[in-house]
Formats: sequence, C-alpha cells, structure tokens
Amino acid sequence: MIINFTLNGRPRKMDVEPATLVSELLRETLNLTGTHVGCDTSQCGACTVLFNGDAVKSCTLLAPSLDGAALTTIEGLSATSGSNRLHPMQEAFHENHGLQCGFCTPGMVMTAVALATRNPVPTEAEIRHGLEGNLCRCTGYQNIVASIMAGAVAMNAPAIGE
Amino acid sequence: MSSIIGIGKAPRRKEDFRFLTGRGSYVADMKRPDMTFGVFVRSPHAHAIVRGIDKTHALASPGVQAILTGKDVAADGLGSLPCGWGIHGTDGLPMKEPPFPMLAQGKVRFVGDMVAFVVADTLKEARAAAELLAVDYEVLPAVVGVLEAVRADAPLLFDDVPNNLCCDWELGDKAAVAAGFRKAAHVARLSLVNNRLIGNPMEPRAAIAEYDRGRDHYTLWTTSQFPHVVRFLMAALVLKLPEQKVRVVAPDVGGGFGVKQFHYGEEAVITWAAKKVERPIKWVADRSEGFVSDRHGRDHVTEAELALDENGKFLAFKVKTLANMGGYLSTFGPNIPTNLYGPLLSGVYTTPAIYCNVKVVFTNTVPVDAYRGAGRPEATFVLERIVDVAAAEMKIDRIELRRRNMIARDAYPYQTPVLVEYDSGDPLGCLEGALTAADAAGFGARKIASERAGRFRGLGFSTYVEACGLAPSRFAGRLGARGGLYESATVRVHPTGQVTVLIGTHNHGQGHETTFAQIVSDKLGVPFDSVDIVFGDTDRVQFGMGTYGSRSLVVGGAALSKASDKVIVKGKKIAAHLLEAGEHDIQFETGVFSVAGTDRRKSFAEIAGAAYVPHDYPLEILEPGLEEQAYYDPVNFTYPGGCHIAEVEIDPETGIVTLEKYTAVDDVGTVINPMIVAGQLHGGIVQGVGQALFENAVYDEVSGQLLSGSFMDYCMPRADHLPNMTVETHSTFCTHTPMGVKGCGEVGTIGSPAAVINAVVDALSHLGVHHVDMPATPNRIWRIIQNAAIPQAAE
Amino acid sequence: MKSFAFHSPETVPDAFALLNDVSESKLLAGGMTLLPTIKQRLAEPAALIDLAKIPQLSEIAVDEDALVIGAMVRHVDVVTSALVRSKVPMLVHLASGIGDPAVRNRGTIGGSVANNDPSADYPAAVLALDAIIVTDRREIPASTFFTGLFETSLEPSEIITSIRFPIPSTAGYAKFKSPASRYAVVGVCVAKAGGSVRVAVTGSGPCVFRVPEMETALETSFEPAAIASIKIGAAGLNSDIHADAEYRAHLITVMAKKAVAAAIQGL
Repeated sequence: MIINFTLNGRPRKMDVEPATLVSELLRETLNLTGTHVGCDTSQCGACTVLFNGDAVKSCTLLAPSLDGAALTTIEGLSATSGSNRLHPMQEAFHENHGLQCGFCTPGMVMTAVALATRNPVPTEAEIRHGLEGNLCRCTGYQNIVASIMAGAVAMNAPAIGE
Repeated sequence: MSSIIGIGKAPRRKEDFRFLTGRGSYVADMKRPDMTFGVFVRSPHAHAIVRGIDKTHALASPGVQAILTGKDVAADGLGSLPCGWGIHGTDGLPMKEPPFPMLAQGKVRFVGDMVAFVVADTLKEARAAAELLAVDYEVLPAVVGVLEAVRADAPLLFDDVPNNLCCDWELGDKAAVAAGFRKAAHVARLSLVNNRLIGNPMEPRAAIAEYDRGRDHYTLWTTSQFPHVVRFLMAALVLKLPEQKVRVVAPDVGGGFGVKQFHYGEEAVITWAAKKVERPIKWVADRSEGFVSDRHGRDHVTEAELALDENGKFLAFKVKTLANMGGYLSTFGPNIPTNLYGPLLSGVYTTPAIYCNVKVVFTNTVPVDAYRGAGRPEATFVLERIVDVAAAEMKIDRIELRRRNMIARDAYPYQTPVLVEYDSGDPLGCLEGALTAADAAGFGARKIASERAGRFRGLGFSTYVEACGLAPSRFAGRLGARGGLYESATVRVHPTGQVTVLIGTHNHGQGHETTFAQIVSDKLGVPFDSVDIVFGDTDRVQFGMGTYGSRSLVVGGAALSKASDKVIVKGKKIAAHLLEAGEHDIQFETGVFSVAGTDRRKSFAEIAGAAYVPHDYPLEILEPGLEEQAYYDPVNFTYPGGCHIAEVEIDPETGIVTLEKYTAVDDVGTVINPMIVAGQLHGGIVQGVGQALFENAVYDEVSGQLLSGSFMDYCMPRADHLPNMTVETHSTFCTHTPMGVKGCGEVGTIGSPAAVINAVVDALSHLGVHHVDMPATPNRIWRIIQNAAIPQAAE
Repeated sequence: MKSFAFHSPETVPDAFALLNDVSESKLLAGGMTLLPTIKQRLAEPAALIDLAKIPQLSEIAVDEDALVIGAMVRHVDVVTSALVRSKVPMLVHLASGIGDPAVRNRGTIGGSVANNDPSADYPAAVLALDAIIVTDRREIPASTFFTGLFETSLEPSEIITSIRFPIPSTAGYAKFKSPASRYAVVGVCVAKAGGSVRVAVTGSGPCVFRVPEMETALETSFEPAAIASIKIGAAGLNSDIHADAEYRAHLITVMAKKAVAAAIQGL
C-alpha cells in the first residue's frame, strides 16, 4: 500500500507491505540503522522514534500508521544536515558521558527529547520515571539522568543569536 | 586547536559522535550484496533424544537455500566447541569434558540447544521453513538445579559423566583449616544461593558470514569481545580451516559483560554454511533467543564456615560450593567457579587458612560462563555475608570486625593462603573513606526517621578485592588455561606525526578510543585529536586476546605503553642523527626531542617526517618508518579493591526494598580518565544491584523451561529503581603494571551484591533475620517478615 | 509477521462493515498488545482494521453526570486532559502508571478494555466506577462486560466506541506494578458514589473482580482502617515467579488501603 509521510523533515512516499514494522522499514528499506532493536517484547525502548512529536516504539508501530504522520529518527534529530552539529540533547549526552556502548542511546535520546519538550524543567524523579520504557545495561542510568537534566535546560534556553 | 590531553584528564569521548547520531556500525546494521538470512532451530525440550530430522517439507519451502543439521556437521568431520580451560579434580584427574557440538548430535541438553540451521533468501522465508522442519524428539527427564543433579537418581546428561559431575575441585590447605576450626572460639555458618543471571547486553548477538571462492577466504562479522580468539578457536579447532584464510571482524558491539567473550556455535555454523550457499548469510538473535542461548552467569549453592577466635580474628575459612555449568562446557566455563572464585576468598583479610571445594555440575540449562565479575562477585558475596553473620553472632560491630582482620597497608605485598599475592592496596583507607562519604555517622538518625514512617532501614558494608587484568600466562597455564593471556599493541606513526593504534582489546562501551588516545597523547606528546584507535578486525590488528576480566587497560594499555616507549627510543635515535648529538644526550618531553642543555630541538612530527622521507637519515643503522609493536604479558594479576556501602529502606507492608543511597570508594590504581572510570563504576554497581534486588533466571524444575525468558519476566534494573550513587576513588598504585593501573570494569559488580544484601539483612535484623537470598524481591522479603519469630517492631 | 491487509475506515459503520465482511480480521487500536501478539505469531489475522482515522472515537466529553472517553483516546490524552483531571482525577493517576511513556503515547482505553488483560489497569476503574461500555450497537454495564481471562461480552465484530464513567464522589487507584513488565501485580480501584462504594481488583485473578466485604466496610466508614483487617483468601488468585497467591492476597488489602487514602485526598 502507498503511504505518504514526513521523514526527518522531508516528504516521503513509499509502497509498503502492510505487515511491516516501522523499525523494519527504517532499518531494512531506508537504511536508517540508528534505530536499534534490542528486544521482541516492546520493553527495551532502543527503537524509540518521534511519531508526530511523541516518543513511540517503532517495533510496535506498523508502517501503514505512518500515512499522514511526521516521523523523526535519531539521524534526523540535529537540524543541520551535512554538518557535525549536534542537537542540544545529543550534546548533553556527550558532555555528561550519558552513553557507553551506544546501543540504547538513540532510543534514550529520542525519549529524552520528547520528555524535555513536554516538561522543560524536569526533576530527577520525573526523568527517572520518564525513562521507565528504556533499558540501558552500561551506564547505571546516572549519567543519562544528568544528561537529560542538562539537555532539557539547553533545549529550552532562549536561542542565542549567531 | 587540538592539544595534548594526557593521563588523569577527562576529555569527552571520541566514539560518542557516531553513536549519538545513529551512525554506529553494529553487525545487525550491516548488509552484504545478495545476502541470505539464517535461522537456528532450537530445542524446545530441556533434555531429549533427537530420533530424526525430516527436512522434506522445510526444504520445499520458498526461498530455502540450505538446511544443516548435526548429521551434516559429522559428515564434514568438524570439531566441537572447545573449552579454553582444563581444570583438574581432587583426584588429580582432568575434568570430564564431553563434546559440545555446534549442532546437536543425537541429543539435546537444554532448551535453546541448537538442532538445525535454515538459510533462505529472506528472513521471513527462513522462519517459515524453520517452522516446517520436523524434528522427532524423545523427551527425557530433565534436571536443572545443582543439588538435584548430583543425586544418585538424577537423569544423566552424558552417559560417561557419573552424577553429572564435571569436576570435584579444591584449593587450599585442608589440614590447616581443620586446625583453625579446632582452635575456634566461634564458628559462623551460612548456606546461600548465588542466583543465576542473564547478562543481556542491549545489543542481541548477531553474525554475518561470507565466503570468497576466488581467494578461498572467509569473513565473519560477529558481536564478539575477542575476534582473534574466535578466529583461532573456530578455524583451528572447529572448522579446521587455515587460520590465515579466515577474517573475523567485531565492529561496534553493543555491550558485552562477558556474554560476548565466548566462541559460540552460531559463529562456526554460519561461517561453515556460508561456503555451502556461496552467498553471505546474516543471523540476528531475537531477544527471546538470546535468553535461551547467551551464556548465563553465577548459579551457585554454597555452604560456608568461618572460624574466629574470641577476639574475632579470623582463624580459618571453609567453603563448599556446587556450581552449575549448564548443559555443556562453554569457553571459560569451568574456570569461573574455580580459579576465579577460590583465590578470592581471602578478600581483604588476613585469614591464615582457607579451603575451598567446588563441585562443577552439568544440568539441563543454558551453559554457564563468565558474566561481569565472573567468580569474584560470588566469592565476595560468601565472604562479606559470613563476616556480617559472625559479627552479629559474636556481637561485635560489623565495621570493627572488619578492621580487626584487614590487611594493613604496609603489609603489602601480601601472600594469601589461596595462591595469589596482592601487590598493593589500602582496605582500611577505602573503608574509612566510604564511611565518611556515605555519612554512616548520620545513619542512626535516618533509621529513626524511617521507623517513624513505619519503614525498616538498613546499612550494609562490603569490602572486596578482585584479581583482574587477566592474566599472567604462565600462572594461568598452571591453573589450566590452554591459551596465553597477554595483549598486543602497534603504534603506527604516520609521516605527519599523527598516530593510528592497532590494539587487540575490543571496545564495546568502555571508552578505549578515548582512554588509549590519552595514553598515546601523554606518552608521545601528540595532540589527543591526532590519535585514532583501531580494534576488532583480525585483518587490521596483529593479534589480541580481547576484552574481558578488566584486562584492556591493565594488559592492553601496558602493551600500548611499551610500544609507545619503543617509538620514543627510535625517535631519539633519529633525533640524535638530525641534531648531531649522542643518543644519550637526547631528551624527549611533551612531543619535543632536544639536546640536553641546548636549544636544539625537533618536534615529534619532524622526526616522523624524517623517518618516512629518509634523505638525511642513518639508514646504515636504522630502518626507515616509525611503527612499533609490543606484546605484554603481565607478571601478576592486579588487585583493585574497595569498600561499598548500601543503604536501603524496606516497606514491611509490601516487602519492597528501596535502595536509598549507594557509596563506593574504590582503589583502581592510576586513573587515566576519571569520567570514564566513574561511568564504569556506575554501570557495574547497578548490575550488582540488579543481582541483589531484581534479576533472577528461573527454570521450571520439571520441564526445564526458562520461566524468566523475556524482559517481561526477567527484571532488568531501570532508571526509576535506582538512586544517584556516590563514587570515589582511593588509589594505591599497582607496583607491576607500567602505569600503575589496576582495572575498573568489574569492581562495581563485585562489591555491590554483598553490600546491598548486608543492608537488607541489617534492616531486618530486629526480626532475627540473619540471611536473605538474592534477589531480595518484595515477595521474598514479605515472606521473611511474615515468618519472622518476633512481631514487627515498627507496626 | 505473516502478511495481512490493512484498512483505515473513517466511520464506525465502515469499520463494522469491514470487520464483518473480511474474514479473520481484527480491529487495531493502539496496538500495544495486538502487535506484540502478532509478532510472536500468537495471532495471525488476515486483515487489520485501523480505528485511528475515525475522529469521534478520540473525544473526551462530559455528558450529564458522566465522563465519556472515546475508545481511541490514548493514555497520554487522559493524563493531560484538564477535563478528566477535574472530573475523575483518579483516571489521570491510573493512566499515568500504564506501561511506559511510549506505551501511553499509543495505547488506548478502548483497546485496553476490549483486550481485558488480567493485569491491565483500566478494567479495575471501569468496574469500580460502574462504567458503561458503549459500543456500535448497545450499552454494556461493566458488571456484565468482563467475563473471564481475556474474555468480554463483546460480540464478534462489535466495536467499542466509548466508555461512560459516572462521575463519582471520589475515587482512588493503587497499583503494585511488576518491576519487570510494569503491569499490575495487584491493582485496586476504590470508588465512592453517594453512599455506595465499589472495590475492584485487577492483576490478581483471571479477570478483574469486586470485593464486597470491603465495599460494605467502606460504606460504613470510608477510611483505610475500615478494611485493614479484611483478609482476602488466596484460593483462585494468580501465582507466578513474581508473586505467589498468598502475597497477592495480602497486597490486595494493602493496595485497597492506599486506594482509599488516595480517594480521600482526591487524587
């Protein structure tokens, strides 16, 4: 079936087999392999993407549901294409050592961006609660929480002219 | 402007950018032209005879390229999966070592044991065909627990392994221990279970294999912590291929924790099959598949006795353990509960006599092998738990009892009664530091506040020492290692003076690309940004034993340090020539070669340039080029240690244990990058907390099915289960590693289970509780409270 | 996943027609249970009929003395709805504890109620508030809706369109969640409407159930203490590796007390 959607800010028209998960579409067809699959029970959150701005697990979303929607993946997060500029949340993860092996990182960052968009000044407890759908085995979460604290501040800081 | 960033600094990680932007390259991300897909057919039974496999329907399924079974393996004369350690029993005889076939030969011995491999054009087709494969099983009774497995009437996994006993192993002086117990004023006794864990790195295992007929050459991309070892074991021992015809690549790997430091049957099967189908094959494990095929960890049943004199001095320690090996011997399997366990039972104490007996037992479960800490958390748990039991029984303060028995800082080097000699340490310093950092003095007030709210509060201590930096090869060889345990590094200086390091360890989250670059930046005085680290490819890196046992910095970093030193030595020779001075008059500091006492100097880049453009160069005595390699074999293990303090609160109504505070003061030797060390500690501690409070691999005792086979039932620690931790270092310096480093990858996991459980027991001590098995789940704690003889004090 | 067809009707009658006409078809709401089930090949529908493009199923409104929540209203919509917060704040608390943020961003009340998972949260609220399940053809009282393990009184091809919650005097929900799956090990919803009290328990049995003894006690005195000594029998309760039946029985009383306390505070 034909679906029309916005992928990382650009319009996209695709012919998809309905029984296709968005995680599969991204990884196998679109070569956007930053969205990772870490489980088969919708528990780990490594595949989290932004669907109309909401954090959702792309392993539990069907490709046909993309029709008419806007999808953002980790590859499309930093706005300036072709540059090494990071999104403030990515920058905060870098500064605060919020990642180790990197596998859960895309899902963590996407969840964090959605969280900080909804809640610009999250408390530590709110961040920890907000991460209940994302597993990390490396960091013990401490530096991820610190990263999101810092990233939320940076995301919501008034833009400094340049 | 990039600059030198050396040892002790905390630059942000070089590897972050690709991971943060979704541009990492994990095996599952890769595609090869004309790639096929493989699916393993696994046993649904814990123990069964495979009477026959009918491929007819499956072969007729669309897209199928090949279906391979144990029969095909036998027909090709392939070997079985090797065990890297051969230990010996009390009778002096070698351990029982039945073959571990890569695809089942006539029998399956655990749920998840591999029976067949199906290759098809698409993953869907491979799955569909796998469902059509008709395997005729004759189901046999299964045994999953070690206590049951050694009973006379237990089902036998292997006809020639009586009582399912792989090895009856011992360490220590039995007579000296008996003498110690005869003198004892008090004997503390403890029976405990060390729960079975599943490592669950977030990236599931995966592999892609490809055969090039033109070159008669194989390439295997695999999620491995040690690609060179996989190549050696697979090529030489399993597939019997020329080693130079096989390339093994472990690209970005999403966490290992030991789970990826074994040679798995999947790697051998897919490589073998790639030649048969002459197309690349990709296999990616589902998480559910990982649960029943990734090697599990821990799983001990232990009885311990500690003899003390009237002042609480430890006289002798005796430990008897049954250790679960699962259905077969995995790569390091029998080494973990023996050599990495017994020698750690001295801990930070001066116990003069120790005896340890370990019965290594086969059961119908996933093979058990190393998981972060591997043997050492189990040893620490036994020791630190029984010290608390003894303190309670003798009514001696827990801290005071530990102080009385600790090895003094000036007593190092210290020879323990269980093989190892500690080179350095300061257990008391770590303990005092932790007491301060944890505000142990304020605990009483916090406990009263908890009691007012109807909750029980407990404080738990654990000291520990770990033997890591695996390993001195000669020593390991005496213990049964069948391979060497050195590491290698090449420092390749380019004509520009920029540097590529080729190293045999593997980075899967530890930050090696940053830490190793700091070492080179520090030693050679080159900018941090001018150093890149290459790892994980047997065609690019000379050799390596990989990353496990907290060895990368200790052993690999030492090789890198030595190779850097060699670069400096050669650079001095070149500089002496160019500066027309004697070699001994050349000084090297922060990237500049100079003649002592003069202003004559050459930069590191100038020397590199001269080495590659040798117009003015001592070609008669010196080769051009600037590239040096070093292999380093450690002279001893390193012995990080420390003190961890956990503070918990228990809601007696629900039994929920909340970790309120966690403090660790660790002696990890020289710290290269404090940011990365803290990250390693955080992660390690949480894995230990996971064992203590949440994680448990549970098998059905009758069917042998894994009941905790997904994240729905196997409870991984989550962000909202945990507090922020306080992590500090209190370092003494290793006396035998080049930079004084000791390793930090596993320490968090080693100290934490005992600290948490000691806190839980402390919180329940007013109820007469003296031990709680892991994990301390709400149900278990509630039950303990219900069963406690004394009425609930806080209610 | 096996192949299936995908339909996106824009009206409820169209959805019904498809469901009725296409064999082995299933409704897709948020998909939080259905998609994992299909992925594990425990269900193999020939067609999915997606309800996402039927706008009126996503409305939240007050109708006389009832809060009406459309079947396709997501958990996150309940959490962020000022209307729900002002009328039945308990539902905000309940919805905010379902699954995790990504589940709440997709999962719907209609899907949860129709699925009747024994450890889902919403059935407890539906039963305690004595809600009406409104379908494309009738109104089903909660008391006759939940019939067993994953079983409801929905007919084949019947479509839930909304849940009609009578606005209670007060209500509270307390959940002991599985630390692994986040599902309810025990969830208790207590609702007071005038002089009548209902206590509904999820996570503990094959299906959500009421506890009349607690209801009577709370009708006399709406205080946690009124039910503190009521012991629930363990017979028939679920038992698994996380919680045995006796522990669940104990937790029902504990969670019921917490739910009453929450109701008193108006949470």
